[in-house]
Amino acid sequence: MEAIGFPVLSLLIFVPILAAVIILFLNKDQRDLARGIAITAAAVGLGLSLFVYVNYNNNATTIIAEQELIAQGESQTAATDMFESSIAFEERIDWIPALGISYHLGVDGLSVPMVLLTSMAAVAGVLVSWKIEDRTKEFMAFFLLLVAGVIGVFVSMDLFVLFFFYELAIFPMYLLIATWGWVKLREYAAMKLTLYILIGSVISLVGVIAMYFVAGQFFTDNPTLIAAGDQAYSFGVAHMMRAAELGAFNIPLLGDIPFSHVWFPFVFLGFAVLAGLFPFHNWSPDGHVAAPTAVSMIHAGVLMKLGAFAALRVGVQLLPEGALVHLPWIVFLTLINVVWGAFIAFRQRDFKYVIGFSSVSHMGLVAMGFATMNTAGMTGAGLQMFSHGAMTALFFGCVGMVYDRAHTRDLPSLGGFIRVMPWVGIAFIIGGLTSMGMPGLSGFIAEFPIFAGMFQASENISLNIGGFTLSNYYAVLVIIAALGIILTAAYVLRVTRQVFLGDFDRAKYPDVDDITVRERFVLILLGAPLIIIGVAPGVMDVMLQTAIKPALAILGVP
Amino acid sequence: MDSSFNFLASLPAIAPEVGLTIMAVVILFLDLRLPESQRRNLAVVTGVGLFAIALLYLLLWFPVPRPAEVTALTPDGLGAWEGLYWGGMIRHDVLAQIFKVMVLCAGALTALMAVDSKGVGRKGEFYLIIIVSTLGGCLVAGASDLIMVFLGLETMTIPLYVLAAFRRDDLRSAESGMKYFLFGSFASAILLYGLSLLYGFTGSTSLSAIATYLGSEAFTANPFAILVAMTLIVVGFGFKISAAPFHFWTPDVYEGAPTPVTAFLSVASKAASFALVTRFLMAVFPAGMVVNGLPIDAFWANLVAVVAVVSMTLGNVIALAQTNIKRLLAYSSIAQAGYALIGVAALTAAPDTAVASIGYYMLMYTFTNILTFAVIVLFSEATGSENIRDLAGLSRRSPWLALTMTIGLLSLAGVPPAAGFFGKFFLFQAAVEANLVWLAIVGVLNAIIGLYYYLYIVKVMYVDQSADEDKPIAISQPVAWVIGLTTVAVILLGTFGVSPVFDWAIQGVRAVFPIG
Repeated sequence: MEAIGFPVLSLLIFVPILAAVIILFLNKDQRDLARGIAITAAAVGLGLSLFVYVNYNNNATTIIAEQELIAQGESQTAATDMFESSIAFEERIDWIPALGISYHLGVDGLSVPMVLLTSMAAVAGVLVSWKIEDRTKEFMAFFLLLVAGVIGVFVSMDLFVLFFFYELAIFPMYLLIATWGWVKLREYAAMKLTLYILIGSVISLVGVIAMYFVAGQFFTDNPTLIAAGDQAYSFGVAHMMRAAELGAFNIPLLGDIPFSHVWFPFVFLGFAVLAGLFPFHNWSPDGHVAAPTAVSMIHAGVLMKLGAFAALRVGVQLLPEGALVHLPWIVFLTLINVVWGAFIAFRQRDFKYVIGFSSVSHMGLVAMGFATMNTAGMTGAGLQMFSHGAMTALFFGCVGMVYDRAHTRDLPSLGGFIRVMPWVGIAFIIGGLTSMGMPGLSGFIAEFPIFAGMFQASENISLNIGGFTLSNYYAVLVIIAALGIILTAAYVLRVTRQVFLGDFDRAKYPDVDDITVRERFVLILLGAPLIIIGVAPGVMDVMLQTAIKPALAILGVP
Repeated sequence: MDSSFNFLASLPAIAPEVGLTIMAVVILFLDLRLPESQRRNLAVVTGVGLFAIALLYLLLWFPVPRPAEVTALTPDGLGAWEGLYWGGMIRHDVLAQIFKVMVLCAGALTALMAVDSKGVGRKGEFYLIIIVSTLGGCLVAGASDLIMVFLGLETMTIPLYVLAAFRRDDLRSAESGMKYFLFGSFASAILLYGLSLLYGFTGSTSLSAIATYLGSEAFTANPFAILVAMTLIVVGFGFKISAAPFHFWTPDVYEGAPTPVTAFLSVASKAASFALVTRFLMAVFPAGMVVNGLPIDAFWANLVAVVAVVSMTLGNVIALAQTNIKRLLAYSSIAQAGYALIGVAALTAAPDTAVASIGYYMLMYTFTNILTFAVIVLFSEATGSENIRDLAGLSRRSPWLALTMTIGLLSLAGVPPAAGFFGKFFLFQAAVEANLVWLAIVGVLNAIIGLYYYLYIVKVMYVDQSADEDKPIAISQPVAWVIGLTTVAVILLGTFGVSPVFDWAIQGVRAVFPIG
C-alpha cells in the first residue's frame, strides 16, 4: 500500500504520551485544563484511527486480490508474503541495530479495528471520568499513558516493541485501579491483576527470545533466505514468520519434540492470561470490578483483546506447528470459559461482577474461534473481539452511570432505573441483546461464524492422547457452548429486570437523575458500532480477511 | 610484553585516577580555607569536579578499540597483552572505561546528594573519603594484576568502612561501620587467600600470564587446587557485590549508614566489583580453558549460576517482609546482584551479549539506585523517618518526588519506559543465548516477586493517606539536580539512549575478546 505523508501510527502513540506529559506539568488546580487536554488528545486519536480505518477498508479488496495472487504463486514463503502485503502505514526506524530491534510500526486487517476500538474507549473513558476530582491531572495522565501503551501493542511489527508497549500499558493500569478504584477491593485486585498479567507476559517473552535465537541461527546458516534489508537476527514479526514458514522452529528441542511444540503452550497461554482464558481468568472479574469505570472500559473492552491479539500474532502465527498440536486441547479450556463464565455471571449479586464474568465467558468465544483454525471461526473471533470490546465498554459505562447515582451495585436493591435514566436502560438492553447474539446486532455476526467454524473444524481436527484418538469432538463442544449462550440470555434478562424494570423507589434513591449530554454521547459512541456491524458486517468482515488469510496459510489450512 | 616504558602514552590509562588525586588535594585545601557559611560549596565542587573528570575521560582519552585481526595476532589469541600499562598493572580498554565512568558518576551524584544531610554534608573529610573510594573503584575497574586487584579493592573498601560509621554519635551508624569492617576484612582475607593460592601455583601475578600458564602443558599440578582457589575468589567477590549467601552484612550496613553513603555503597562498590568479576573470570579462566583435562569454565559458570539463583530468590523473598525502606533496598540490591550474575553465568557461552548486558545493567542500576536514594534522603531529612508506611500520601504532598521515586522503582522492577526493562531484557537474552533458559525463567519469575514490593511502595505513595499530607517537603537545589539528572538518565536509557550505550558496551566486549 502506498505510503502517506505523515507517520499516523506514531502520532496515535505519541499524541497521548505528549498530552500526558503536558498534563503532569500543569498546576494542581488546573483540573479543567487537564480534562480539556485529555479529551483533545483522545479525540485526535479517534480521528486518526477513523482515518486509518477508512483508508484501510478502501484498500482491503485490493489487498485480498494481491494475496490471492501470491497464494497461487510458487513462493516458498507465501504466507509471509501475504502477511507483508496486508501491512499498511508502515514506519521503521532502527532502534538497537546491534540486536536487530527496530521501531517498526504497521497495521493489518486485525489491528485496524482494534486501534479504532481503543480510540473509542479512550474518548469514552475520558468523558465518563470527567467528574473525578481527586488528583485529576494524574488520573488523566496515567489514563492517556495506558491508551498509548495499548495502541502501541496493536501497531507493533517488531516483537520487542510489542513487549515494550505491553509492559508499558500495565503499570499505569495498576496505579489507576489502586488509586481511583473501588475502595474495598482496589489494592488487592490491582496487585493481583498486575502480577497475573506480568507472569504471563514474561514467560512469553522468554519464549520469544528463544525464537529470536533459533530464527537467527537458521538465517545465519541459510543467508540466502533472509528478506532483503533484514539481518539474520531480528525481532521483526515478518522476519520471524518467514523463519516459521521455512521450518526454522521445527528443530528438535527436548529429545525429538520440535521447538515449536515445546514453546507454543507457554507463548500462547502466557498471552492468553490477559485474554482471561481459564484457568488464568481469576484476575479479571476482580480487576474489572475494582477499577474505576474508565479503566474497566479500557480493560475489559480493549486489554483482554490485546491478550487475544498477541496470542494470535505471536503464538498461532509464528509457531503454527505448535498451534496445530496444542489448540485441539486448548479448545476445552475455552469451552470452560464460555459455559462456566456465564454460569458464574448468573449467580452474581453485584451488578459489576455480572459484567466481569460475562467478559470471561465472551472472551472464551474469541479463543474458541482461534481454535477452529478455519476461515469462519477466525473471522468470527476477529469480529467478536471488536463487538465484545464495544459491548463491554458500553456495559461498564452503564454500570458506572447507575452506580455514580445510586451508590450501590447490589442487584436486588436496584429497580426501575429505566424510568429515570431511559438512555442508560436502552443502551444496556442493546448491549444485552448483542451479548445474547440477537440477529441484527454485532454479537450475532460474530458468534454465528464461530459456531459454524466449530462444526466445520470437527471433521478435520482430532486429538491424540497417548495412542487414543479423539475425533469429531468439536461438534460436541459447540453444542455445549451453545448452552453458554442460553445462560447469557438468562443473566442478561435477569439483570435487565432487576436494575431497569419494575418500580422505581424514589424514597430510596432521592438523588438519581437522568444522565448528562456528555454521558449520552458515550453511550452513542459505544452503542452505534454494535448496530452498524450488525446491519452491515461488510464494513469489518472484508478487512479481517486480509489478516486471517496469512494466518491460515501458515497453518497450512486452505 | 613490550618492556619499553612510555610515560606519556601510559598517562591516559590512569587519567581519572590522577584527576581524582588532584581533586582530593583541592578538597582538603578548601576544607581548611572555607568558612562555615560556604561549606555547602564543597559538595558542588566535588560533584562538578568528578563529572568533569568523567566527561574529559570520555572525550579525550577514549581507548582506541583494536580491530579484531590485531587482537587475534597477540600471543595467546586473547589480545591479553594489548592495552596493558604501568608494568601490566592497569588495562586501558572500553570495559574499564564504562565502569570507571559509572563509579565517577556515582561519586559525583553522592556528593551532591549529601549536601544537606545532617552530620555529613558540611564536613570536608566526607567528600575527601568519597573521592578516595571512587579512586579505588576506578583502579578496580582497570586492574589486570593480582596486586592491583587487591590494592584497588582495599582502597575502595577501607574508606567505605569509615563512611558507614561517619555519624559517630549515631549508634546505628557506628554499628554499621563495625559490622561492615568485620565482615569486609574477613572477606578480604578469603579473597587474598584465593589470590595467593593462584600465585603460588602459577608463579605470576599478571592475570593474563596466569591464564597462559594454566592453559599450557607446563601446568601439571592437580586442577582441584585451582578449583579451590577459584571458589575462594568467587566467595570474596560475592561479598563485595553482596550476593547471597555472602550478603549478611548488607541489610544492617545499608540501614545504619548515612543514606548518601548507602547510595554510594550500593552502586559504586558494586559496579566496580562487577567489572572485576567479569574481567577476572574471563581473563584468568577464559571460555574453553582446559586445565589438565578438566574443563574449568563450566565449573565457575555453574557456580555463578547457583549464586545468582540463591541471590535473586533470597533477596526478593526477604525484601517482601521489610518495613524500613533502606533495608528493603538492601535486599533488593542483593536481588539485583543476582540478576547481574545471570550475565556473568552466561559469560562463557555468550561472551559478547553477556558482557554488554552486565555493563548496561550496572550503568542503569547506578542511576536508578542513586535516584531512589536521593528521594529517600530528601524524605527522611524532612520527616525523620525511614519507614515505608510513612511515605503515605507522598503523591499529594510532593507529586514530583512521588513520580520520580516511582520511575526509580519501576526501573528497579524492570518496567518500561524505565531503563531497568532493557537492563533485564539484555541479561535474560544473554542467558537464553547461552542455553540457560532455565536461569532466564528463574530470573523473570523473580522479577515478578520483585515487582510486588516495588509496586507496594508505589501504592503507599499514591493510595494511602496520611495526616501530614499538607506539609510539603523541602527540596534543596543540588539534590533536585541529582534527582532530575538521574530521572532523565533512567528514561533515556529506557528509550532513545539504548542503542549508543549498548554499542559502547559491545565495544567493551571487543576490547576483551577477539570477536570478528
